[in-house]
Amino acid sequence: MSGATFERGYNTLKEQIDAPVAAFFSSCVHCGMCAEACLFFTETSDPRYTPIYKLEPLRKVWKQEYTFWGKLTKALGIAKPLTDKDLADWETLVYDGCTLCGRCSMVCPVGNDLAYMIRKLREGMAASGNAPEGLIGATKRAITIGSPMGVKLPALQAQIRGVEAETGLKIPVDVENVDYMLLLSSMEIMNFPEFIGAVGKIFEKAGVSWTISSEAFEATNSGIQIGVSDLAAELVQRIVDAAEKLKVKNVISPECGHAYMAIRWDGPNLVGKAFSFNVVHILEVLDELRKAGKLKLKDKESGSLTYHDPCQIARRGGVLEQPRNLMREMSENFVEMPEAGQMNWCCGAGGGVSSNERADELRIKVFNRKKSQLDSIKVDGMVSACSNCRIHLEEGLEEYHMELPVLSLTETIAEHLAD
Amino acid sequence: MTEMDLLLWARGPGLTIATIIMVGGTLVRLLEIFLMGRKANLAAARGSATAGGLGTMIRRSIPDAGTFKRSTFTIVAGYIFHIGLFIIIFLFIPHILLFKSTLGVSWPGLPSNVVDATTVITIIALVAVLVHRLLDPVLRLLSEFNDYLVWFLTILPLITGWMAFNRIGMTGPSLLAMHILSVELLMVLFPFTKLSHAFTIWIARWYNGAIAGYKGVQS
Repeated sequence: MSGATFERGYNTLKEQIDAPVAAFFSSCVHCGMCAEACLFFTETSDPRYTPIYKLEPLRKVWKQEYTFWGKLTKALGIAKPLTDKDLADWETLVYDGCTLCGRCSMVCPVGNDLAYMIRKLREGMAASGNAPEGLIGATKRAITIGSPMGVKLPALQAQIRGVEAETGLKIPVDVENVDYMLLLSSMEIMNFPEFIGAVGKIFEKAGVSWTISSEAFEATNSGIQIGVSDLAAELVQRIVDAAEKLKVKNVISPECGHAYMAIRWDGPNLVGKAFSFNVVHILEVLDELRKAGKLKLKDKESGSLTYHDPCQIARRGGVLEQPRNLMREMSENFVEMPEAGQMNWCCGAGGGVSSNERADELRIKVFNRKKSQLDSIKVDGMVSACSNCRIHLEEGLEEYHMELPVLSLTETIAEHLAD
Repeated sequence: MTEMDLLLWARGPGLTIATIIMVGGTLVRLLEIFLMGRKANLAAARGSATAGGLGTMIRRSIPDAGTFKRSTFTIVAGYIFHIGLFIIIFLFIPHILLFKSTLGVSWPGLPSNVVDATTVITIIALVAVLVHRLLDPVLRLLSEFNDYLVWFLTILPLITGWMAFNRIGMTGPSLLAMHILSVELLMVLFPFTKLSHAFTIWIARWYNGAIAGYKGVQS
């Protein structure tokens, strides 16, 4: 992020454009349907939040650098070139008004993967110095301290001691040759340490060998959210080094959407090498245990529960069936929200929006979309599998005066585990 | 130049030039896309990129229920004029005869009065689409000269064709010449405007579906 200039930003954008981007921009007919897919538009009615409009800076670069017509009009001085001011003007649209949820990518009739392009546009935005302070701070802390929230190893050790005292379990740290290495998000370490105990309980009962690494426990990757691939790669490399050092077979991504995207799908591409271990989401592990008959519950939740799909786990990550199998296992009355699953509406805080204080008011406003979705069903609780979603869902529900407990899927399962 | 000369030029050299520009320009546009290349995905696949890509090429023509509800006008009007264009271009018997004489292949067509009615419906749908573009705040923000140009290029052959079929305004050869020239204008600008989406959406849908399919998501 140091040495950010317009030139660097422009060149970064040029490098980001590949065949899919060229096909996407070539195909857009300006039908406007992506606006209706985006909660930032539906809840504000501001046309500037139309997803394809947020991509205008990237489109300009594509057109003028990679199309015959664009090159010609640029040479003749007819087309206006991209300016630093354009990038500055677009900063709030690209970072505050987009959670990279990818709902627009499912709706676009010509098939444009708009979220794929926003992710690329952010690379140029960050390289040109047009990224939000909150995300810059989070990324700096992730690189220097090892956690976007500034959580250091002693803090994790203290939380582990607390969990051990409460559960009577031993939480394995730095154990070699185990099947699973668990990653955590700072949000879980600080706000939901019960998650560590829940995993410990479930794995103890199922006889799973696992560990936490003291050298790489942070799962989130703000380098991806801000759009700085070399920093994102450094964060991924720490996990790869730890997993290889401990010789684990699998690395578990915790209840965090973007962490899963970062390590499962972006990770190998960022470090330029296929992993020597598998990356699995905790929900995938739990569902495998369920299938193997190693996840025995003593009873079920009696009230009606719904499940909020975190975008990066479901729509962008492919973990759709597993949480539903688990929900049916632990709940007597599982109710789906309208448009649940891969068309689910984002909570409004993903993609770095929650780290960006400037967007606080906006993300509460667009939470109204989740409220409408919830209003159409009557449930006693909402379950999710992302602590970032969870924090924001709780905040949103409070702002909108809705009384609804928000639960973690893993933690709730652990509570019902057979003795 | 008599009106007959004009018609003969439009049907002969004019059509050849327009076809060469359309085909050549489209190839250039496709090369511009494919030559950009794409990095190999190093993450372990959960699903099939190929199945995802092919599936999305088809599935993306059918909106999900929520999207249909939110964008009903755009979807219905879009369907009407695209199907209308298909019927007019490919199922009008004089057009089929042209394809037969130039490409050597033919297929059954529809009665002329059906195509005539389809043309009127398609023109109405396109006018409605334009009004929507001019009134809707999102579309107004997105629209640029290119969007209005392609609208004009699309409706012009429909109007001239409908006039030629119903013998309105000018004498027969002039009307037909105007119709053919308006189609040639569309053909010449096809590769350089958004009209080229007719080809590129299949590539865009392919990539979208392949990216999602690789991750085990049906997009």
